[in-house]
Amino acid sequence: MLIETRNLTKQFGGLTAVKDVDFEIEKGKINAIIGPNGAGKSTFFNLVSGSYIPTSGQVIYRGKDITKLPPNKIAELGVARTFQTTNLFEQATVLDNVIVGHRLRTKYNLLDAVLRTKRYKKEEKKCKDKAMEVLDFVGLTNITDQLAGNITQEEKKRVAFALALATDPEVVFLDEPAAGINSGETEGLAELMKKMVKRGITVCLIEHKMQMIMKLADKIMVLNYGEKIAEGSSEEIMNNQDVIEAYLGGDASA
Amino acid sequence: MPAMTKKSIALIALIIGAMVIPFIIQNEYWLHILTLSFIWSIAVYGLNILAGYTGYLSLAHAGFFAIGAYALGLLTVKVGLNYWVALILACIITSGIGFLIGLIALRTREHFFAIYTLCVGYVIYLVIDKWDSLTGGVRGLIGIPAPSNIGPISFQSATSQYYLILFFLLATVLVMYRIVHSLTGRTFIAIRNSEELAQTIGISTMKNKLTVFVLSTFFAGLAGALYASFIRFIGPDIGYTAIIFDLLTYLLVGGIGTLAGPVVGTILIVSVSQSLQFLQDYRMLIFGPMLTLIIIFYPRGIVGMVSEWKMKWFNKKKKTPAEKWKSTYSDSKDVREDKVKEG
Amino acid sequence: MDILTQQLFNGLTIGSVYSLVALGLTLVYGILHIPNFAHGALYMLGAYVTLTSMLLWNFNYWLAIAISIVVVGLLGVLMERLVFNPLKNAPPIHDKIAAIGILLFLEALAQLVWGADYRTMSTPYGEVVNVFGTTLTMQRVLINVGAIVVMILLYLFLKKTFMGSTIIAMAQNRKGAHLVGINTNKVAMLTFLISGGLAAIAASLSAPINLVFPGMGHLVILKAFVIIILGGMGSVPGAILGGYILGFTESLGATYISNDYKDVIAFVLLIIILSFKPKGLFSKEGF
Ligand SMILES: Nc1ncnc2c1ncn2[C@@H]1O[C@H](COP(=O)(O)OP(=O)(O)OP(=O)(O)O)[C@@H](O)[C@H]1O
Ligand SMILES: [Mg+2]
Repeated sequence: MLIETRNLTKQFGGLTAVKDVDFEIEKGKINAIIGPNGAGKSTFFNLVSGSYIPTSGQVIYRGKDITKLPPNKIAELGVARTFQTTNLFEQATVLDNVIVGHRLRTKYNLLDAVLRTKRYKKEEKKCKDKAMEVLDFVGLTNITDQLAGNITQEEKKRVAFALALATDPEVVFLDEPAAGINSGETEGLAELMKKMVKRGITVCLIEHKMQMIMKLADKIMVLNYGEKIAEGSSEEIMNNQDVIEAYLGGDASA
Repeated sequence: MPAMTKKSIALIALIIGAMVIPFIIQNEYWLHILTLSFIWSIAVYGLNILAGYTGYLSLAHAGFFAIGAYALGLLTVKVGLNYWVALILACIITSGIGFLIGLIALRTREHFFAIYTLCVGYVIYLVIDKWDSLTGGVRGLIGIPAPSNIGPISFQSATSQYYLILFFLLATVLVMYRIVHSLTGRTFIAIRNSEELAQTIGISTMKNKLTVFVLSTFFAGLAGALYASFIRFIGPDIGYTAIIFDLLTYLLVGGIGTLAGPVVGTILIVSVSQSLQFLQDYRMLIFGPMLTLIIIFYPRGIVGMVSEWKMKWFNKKKKTPAEKWKSTYSDSKDVREDKVKEG
Repeated sequence: MDILTQQLFNGLTIGSVYSLVALGLTLVYGILHIPNFAHGALYMLGAYVTLTSMLLWNFNYWLAIAISIVVVGLLGVLMERLVFNPLKNAPPIHDKIAAIGILLFLEALAQLVWGADYRTMSTPYGEVVNVFGTTLTMQRVLINVGAIVVMILLYLFLKKTFMGSTIIAMAQNRKGAHLVGINTNKVAMLTFLISGGLAAIAASLSAPINLVFPGMGHLVILKAFVIIILGGMGSVPGAILGGYILGFTESLGATYISNDYKDVIAFVLLIIILSFKPKGLFSKEGF
């Protein structure tokens, strides 16, 4: 177990977006969170990655309480994430977008940049090498010099993966990576996730594409109206009465 | 690579051009105008690294310019410090105040930041205007000395002042170039692009924003200090909000978020408005709509426009491969339709 | 005569003007999320148009105000069409700069047309009246009554008419409003019309007790920003309440602290508020 949440709760005014969620993210596995629109999945990610501060409850990462840490500190500890809407810097090249992902592993300041010190050269190279390495990992070496605004949706998703991977994470949280791409491309992304796990990176993803999840995930949690209604393997989830009801009775977006 | 060398040749040519200008322009008045626009350029570079590269529109920079100018003025006139010591201190004082203000101002974002800094700028102006015993109030501060000699070099003549300011401008551009083309610069751009994303890839946004804010006030202060010793007289109106609007116009016309933009925009606008002296009071009749039109049609100003043209021309030259790229990918665009969600 | 009552009445008068200006600003912000820096210029033009109609054509005060409302309101609509609408999807820094551009232009234009001198506006309501032992000019009473009438009309419009409720709906959710079939363009134009009209009323009412000059909008607009941050960006009651709070604070501050620094009060207030609540006084807790 790598990350554990205890009674995690987030309220927005009167709305409880995440309610008393206990979840354990298993190391070296593909963990998935599913649920209808507005179930609180993205909010759960935001709580774990530090973007939101929980109303109550805790987030434990490798036995350490990270509930109140700011997102950048959590990233330094090895937790990376992507967003539901990919927001790359479109006027820059793919490579430039990814390079900055390794910034957190460098130690250099403004003065090094202005004076072009040895350290500057070393760290710049380190970041560039890292960027090339992760772009190679996600299979984008051929488009490193393209502007991020000119590439396809699927490539953008991969760049977002690469950016997350450039931070040298222990675990990556992927928010709907397969939204808006076709089924062939979805297969490719699934392969990529498996490849990450093989590399020793734990994956936790949100997805609406059920087929993909059922094939891919080792462990699934189902959220509905902010509450965990089920948890287990694909089989257990598929046969769970509450889950079936939640999907049939609620939003049929699955 | 050949493009690279072409670029450096052009750059060297430009610098040499700037060096020989005093020999070509014998007219002291125009040399004065050019020097003045170099000074403004330095301040605009300060604004650019903050507003252009990091996405924080500060409307307090006329205030920081004035702080730099008054710091130098007071330290030389009232304290009697050596010019160069005063210059260094003026920059330190400005960025120190910038640090304190940034600490609070940078907790706000977007509109709040703009309005906050607008108010800070106005307060700085009012303090200078009303603190009569220190600043001389509306009467201003007179008798500010020109830069003192360094060894045998004196800075009394217009030409020598020109070279001095040119030196500072080139240094500013070099610093900006190096920052923008480094991880630090990329970090700033990442913050401009999305602060949320930047944080989740481990960037301490507050630390970086504070760094860039202090840096940008440093250059505003430097410009102010140079201005004070160049004009030799300062009044509270150099801190008035009208000045920040001038600086913004220079930046926008030249190209916000570009390296050449500040100097291009400033020299152009300053010299044009000098040629249209009779317009002085009404220059905003032209510059106001220009600012608005540019932001609508050419958000990256003249420099952005030129590089766009260059790109088009470049693409035309090797049209076939570029075309191919497009067609290969056009099919997959159809599946793009993202579900519309919270946003 | 009691200084305190006098100052309280003064505060009420200043507050009325601030509230009207802030109302226009907050409506536009609520609908379009633009901090319209050019709003101060609309205020300034409002005064000039009234003044000109009175001097040039000998119109009576009320007719002049009506003309001013129409002219400035239409100018607001023009601004929306020509500038803010094209910038709808641009990065947030752009519309601010565009607004500043308009502000600079309109000010220079006013200076060209009317000159840089300070002018006074005469009013048919200059006589002094005595209310509860306090001497007041009719004009000041008029400002207060006028402001309250306008606010009530605005309230009725927003709450009781279909057009008004679409403005409220859109302020709450622009995308959602679009989905249920509200013509967002029309609402945006209408909002600018109202916003300009409010600025014209505020300026025309207060001009006789102040001076008319090209830069007269500067301080007022800055303070209106302070007010809507105080009252919550986009909030109508907040703008009214904030306006009166600032009015009272200033008039009391001028008497009991320092007249020199009375204009600083607003900015110091704002700096303090934003230092503790970076998203305004009534921001909802979010990320
Ligand atoms: N910053 C916020 N402020 C207020 N409410 C919010 C905020 N973020 C999310 N919510 C609300 O919390 C609830 C859960 O939202 P969340 O984005 O977590 O859902 P989700 O499960 O990711 O849905 P989807 O599948 O559509 O992405 C929703 O009702 C949403 O409107
Ligand atoms: Mg979501």
